[in-house]
Amino acid sequence: MEELFRTVYPVEAADYTSAGQASADIKRKLKQLGVGGDVLRRVAVASYEVELNLVIHSMGGELVLTVYPEAVQLVSSDRGPGIPDLEMAMREGYSTANEEARSLGFGAGMGLPNMKRNADDFSIESELGKGTTITMRFNLPL
Amino acid sequence: MEERRYHSVRLDKERCKGCTNCLRHCPTEAIRVRGGRAHILDNLCIDCGECIRVCEYHAKVAFTDSLANIKAYKYSIALPAPSLYGQFRGLKRPEYVLEALKRVGFDDVFEVARGADVVTRAIRERLREPDLPRPLISSACPAVVRLIQVRFPDLLDNIVDIRQPMEVAAAIARAEFCKKRDCDPADVGCFFITPCPAKMTAIRTPIGQKHSDLSGAISMMDIYGMLLPHINEMQSDPDFVPATRFGVGWATSSGEASAVCPENSLSVDGIENVIRVLEEVENNKLSDLVFLEGNACIGGCVGGPLTFENNFVSKNAIRHLVEQMPAVHPDTDVPISMLTKYAMRCDEPFRENHAVALDENRAEAMRKMKRMNEIIERLPGYDCGSCGSPTCATFAEDIVRGFCTEMDCIHLMRERLQVMAQQMVELAQTRRE
Repeated sequence: MEELFRTVYPVEAADYTSAGQASADIKRKLKQLGVGGDVLRRVAVASYEVELNLVIHSMGGELVLTVYPEAVQLVSSDRGPGIPDLEMAMREGYSTANEEARSLGFGAGMGLPNMKRNADDFSIESELGKGTTITMRFNLPL
Repeated sequence: MEERRYHSVRLDKERCKGCTNCLRHCPTEAIRVRGGRAHILDNLCIDCGECIRVCEYHAKVAFTDSLANIKAYKYSIALPAPSLYGQFRGLKRPEYVLEALKRVGFDDVFEVARGADVVTRAIRERLREPDLPRPLISSACPAVVRLIQVRFPDLLDNIVDIRQPMEVAAAIARAEFCKKRDCDPADVGCFFITPCPAKMTAIRTPIGQKHSDLSGAISMMDIYGMLLPHINEMQSDPDFVPATRFGVGWATSSGEASAVCPENSLSVDGIENVIRVLEEVENNKLSDLVFLEGNACIGGCVGGPLTFENNFVSKNAIRHLVEQMPAVHPDTDVPISMLTKYAMRCDEPFRENHAVALDENRAEAMRKMKRMNEIIERLPGYDCGSCGSPTCATFAEDIVRGFCTEMDCIHLMRERLQVMAQQMVELAQTRRE
């Protein structure tokens, strides 16, 4: 499929001060593309969750927004630590967030399930000691 | 082409110096400086009046009705916003202000605070219904509603579909006046005494309503001086039904939320703060909230750009005023029959404003965005405003929209000149050899 453009957002581990900036920019771009309503709402939720996951759980990584004529793709990839039990991690209410994150109101264990629920396509791959890659696709209404 | 929208906020060309003060303060990036003076982009302006506040040269003005305009009607009713009471320090009772309004020429007065009481009850009834989006967002501040139309179109369904207090007040005021005086509704002009330009715009081009019940709006700033000498006697009207302390409380931030949903609501004031909270709502981080009150102005309506008194002082004045009022809630004070006797629900949907989109055609918008990103890479990122656009990103946007060229950036221009100068030197040297 023809790729129209791509933006890379580096996200640092435990950088709570800039947390949310990437997803805010993604929302802004979608609005400029004239994407609204339900799709915008779902991308907003999923991109925020995935960005916060990078901040809270990863050792740093990046979020890549790719826009195609028919869809928006978000790929989050990090440098570790990897998820030991993917099945458990996808369960609602399960969280390994630390005290710092919990004190900021995160760690409800809804991050991954929320992403899956909001994306039209969702896939996750993880290797312990290496990292996690999450790919989400959102179909654009014609 | 879309027809030009009405705006209360306008530019006084003579006074504008072409500085960049207003550029950076506009929450919707609706101002550009071109040809030595500011221009307000009609389709993006939400009439919040931030530019009026920051312009040192008073080149941004709000158009409102003059007091003389009330003479266009056989009868005129003043509808003071509750924030008007906050303009008078030490005010003991709203009735002093109501009497003063009659003395400057109005045939009757009706408190918008009373409208707020009725709206409070209407929203509380609405909140009982199932399957409402969370949080429900107040529709009272027209600048916030327009902000959502421009910047948060996915939250339009969250806006509560109940009319603004000034509209409900106008409908009741006109009906009661006509009954009392046995006259034609067309002969009665209802004028809102407004703290802000956004309300004036909402009267001329209503949002959520096909037609406004108001005839116009008079700026608090304009009428303040005229009222001042008359604030010495209370009105004596045997039929007068005073507003509750909750209705009057709508004048300040959190007044609406604490009347409508004290159990689980959030109130936020100041347009930049409202934007931050709406981002949170968009990220689904506030779905545990039932009600969200957003006010474009700091302190709420008492901080409106057309108020006279300092917003903190008037917030305090309102606090003292309501403390002296009986603790009766609109739940018991407003008869439920009022909610069916007068129209409460909006009769128009809140529509998306597509001005943010780079192009109507998505493929074209995507191409423009790609080009825009390439241009941003070349720009210095100083956000200096010298080009006349508020930020480097909006400058890039303006280029792809065809409003300016890269050479309007003085930094790119300087680089280009350096290269050209170097080339000229080289050219001169080759000749000499």
